[in-house]
Amino acid sequence: MSFPWAQQYKPATEFGQWMDDRLPIGRMIYNSLGAGYPTPRNLNYMWNFGSLAGVFLVVQIVTGIILAMHYAANADIAFDSVEHIMRDVNSGWMIRYAHANGASFFFIAIYLHIGRGLYYGSYKAPREMIWLLGVVIYLLAMATAFMGYVLPWGQMSFWGAKVITGLFEAIPLVGKPIQELLLGGFAPDNAALNRFFSLHYLLPFVIAGVIIMHIWALHIPGSNNPTGVNVKGPQDTVPFHPFYTAKDGWFLGLALIFFTWMMFFMPNALGHADNYIPANPLSTPAHIVPEWYFWPWYAILRAFTFDFLFVPAKLLGVLAMFSAILVWFFLPWLDKSPVRSGDYRPRFKKFFWFGLIPCIVVLGICGGAPAEEPYVMLSQLASAYYFAHFLIILPLLSRIEKPEPLPNSITEAVTGKPLEQAS
Amino acid sequence: MVRFFGILIGLFFAGMLIYSFGRGAVEYISNPPVKAVEYQFHEGPKDVSFASDGPFGKFDKQQLQRGFQVYKEVCAACHGIRLVAFRNLAELGYNEDEVKAIAANWPIETPAIDPDTGEPSTRPSIPADKFPKPFANDVAAGAANNNAIPPDLSLITKARNGGAPYVYSLLTGYTDPPAELPEANRPGTGLHYNAYFANLNIAMAPPITGDGQVTYSDGTEATVSQMSEDVSAFLIWTAEPSLIKQKQTGWAVIAFLLIATILGFLSYKTIWADVKAEKKKKDA
Repeated sequence: MSFPWAQQYKPATEFGQWMDDRLPIGRMIYNSLGAGYPTPRNLNYMWNFGSLAGVFLVVQIVTGIILAMHYAANADIAFDSVEHIMRDVNSGWMIRYAHANGASFFFIAIYLHIGRGLYYGSYKAPREMIWLLGVVIYLLAMATAFMGYVLPWGQMSFWGAKVITGLFEAIPLVGKPIQELLLGGFAPDNAALNRFFSLHYLLPFVIAGVIIMHIWALHIPGSNNPTGVNVKGPQDTVPFHPFYTAKDGWFLGLALIFFTWMMFFMPNALGHADNYIPANPLSTPAHIVPEWYFWPWYAILRAFTFDFLFVPAKLLGVLAMFSAILVWFFLPWLDKSPVRSGDYRPRFKKFFWFGLIPCIVVLGICGGAPAEEPYVMLSQLASAYYFAHFLIILPLLSRIEKPEPLPNSITEAVTGKPLEQAS
Repeated sequence: MVRFFGILIGLFFAGMLIYSFGRGAVEYISNPPVKAVEYQFHEGPKDVSFASDGPFGKFDKQQLQRGFQVYKEVCAACHGIRLVAFRNLAELGYNEDEVKAIAANWPIETPAIDPDTGEPSTRPSIPADKFPKPFANDVAAGAANNNAIPPDLSLITKARNGGAPYVYSLLTGYTDPPAELPEANRPGTGLHYNAYFANLNIAMAPPITGDGQVTYSDGTEATVSQMSEDVSAFLIWTAEPSLIKQKQTGWAVIAFLLIATILGFLSYKTIWADVKAEKKKKDA
């Protein structure tokens, strides 16, 4: 791994040398996050969201562990135990609001991170494994976030759990048993709450494990970059530390300002008022909606309104919703264009900015809106484009598109001088 | 192979969706959806502001005490605030003796067990107790209120879209039904027309009926609007007792982060200066 010109780790102290001979933990950090990791010099700010998502995962784990010290996973008292945290635990409101808003910020970071990968072709060879592991992280994060939202046991927790586990019911034959297995009963109750709590505590550590593999896989070819051109020489790179630690560092400060603003001044803006009403199986909320980061998928789910032969519309919606994410697993083989960066793909660029991005925004708006017209029709059009984009447009585009000429090297793209003569 | 099957699946999903869209569009044009009556007559919360609004908001303790008085004299007979303890009233500016007196004299006693017989009984509240619920359980609450259970108000300003302005609007929003309201949407027996309530007909009779319903000790004139505003402010506090502390902490945190971020940005600029200089040469 790494490039031959990478700086070599030299222990600064005798103790450091002693450790390096026995457990080279300093060497590992140096080679993965320190000066020993050469990184393309031209990364733009879209490359900041991976480390940012990592920081928000840590925020979630730390605040989550503290919340678990005060929370009671029991359907009778879960709601009140959350209010106990808000009212009686010292600074409990801060921990809880950090956790509730931290989930949203984790998803903001992860969506921008995925979007960057989509535009700059970070999923293409030789980085397929990084991409696949990333999709796994995203799926795990969705499961974790969903189960976390159930824990306060408010109205939206309860009905969200009912609707989402109800999706499995649509699967023929095994659907009903799967749903009962997920819930530990016929409807969300104490058994469901307990297993969701257990898994909500477990999965973040699984995510952390997959992230380690994600970064491990990243360090084999090294980071992609806005030109998509391979690193060719020492002048193309800068050591990760101090260059990207400084860049990630100040940008983290900026992100935390937005985060703390939400957390202290509008902590419930991204939540639902209904979740401050204790769960009541006898009273269905007027509009059951998931958290904002699920809205696009929720819109795809609800876009199917007609049966296909013997396949009911609900099953089609469930299949489409899962396919919409699973299609990302095949993306490296659907888009065979040898050019990575969207900057050098004139048609791809148009489909990305004027097709995919508006389509996701429309799906998001429709997913958060009540299931009535015109939102249903809009989500049908947007969902159709979504599938067409990944499954039809990208495979065909890579055949017919004529990419623009690529720079010979990163250094040439940045300084305008050929790699060898640049100083 | 992946691409071949991908295109087939893509064509299927996209085809189904376009077909559904077409059917939906035909239906939409030939048979346009009728707006529900609730939508036509329902109104959004009135424009009312509170001292605690905004990043620099502060509780007006005098107002919270007035609001507590309205709650006690008007609302408490039916609506509990089960998540609030008497001791929390100290935050409204009551001293220890006043809190003790309020707890001891609260019209509903705290459920307890008779120490001699072990039978369920009640005892006067102490500051450590939460406000006792006005009804023993939901069945009792329903039976006494024409089957409409009065919701607990502890979290009401966070549990309703529109928050405190919604509560204020609801309290001041009782009117006679408009003449053009269809018969089916007119309030039935035991219901009252209120344009701010989701389905227009609310079981709660107008609670704040006229000026001077309570007598404020601080000399504030107890108009219907004033009482509604005061009790809404009080319910902001019950829903989020730490609201002001949150905002103050927020400013301290953001001030710290601003300084840290500026320093971080300057060190970033310094570290990258040489690398960026090469790029500048190109631009020039």
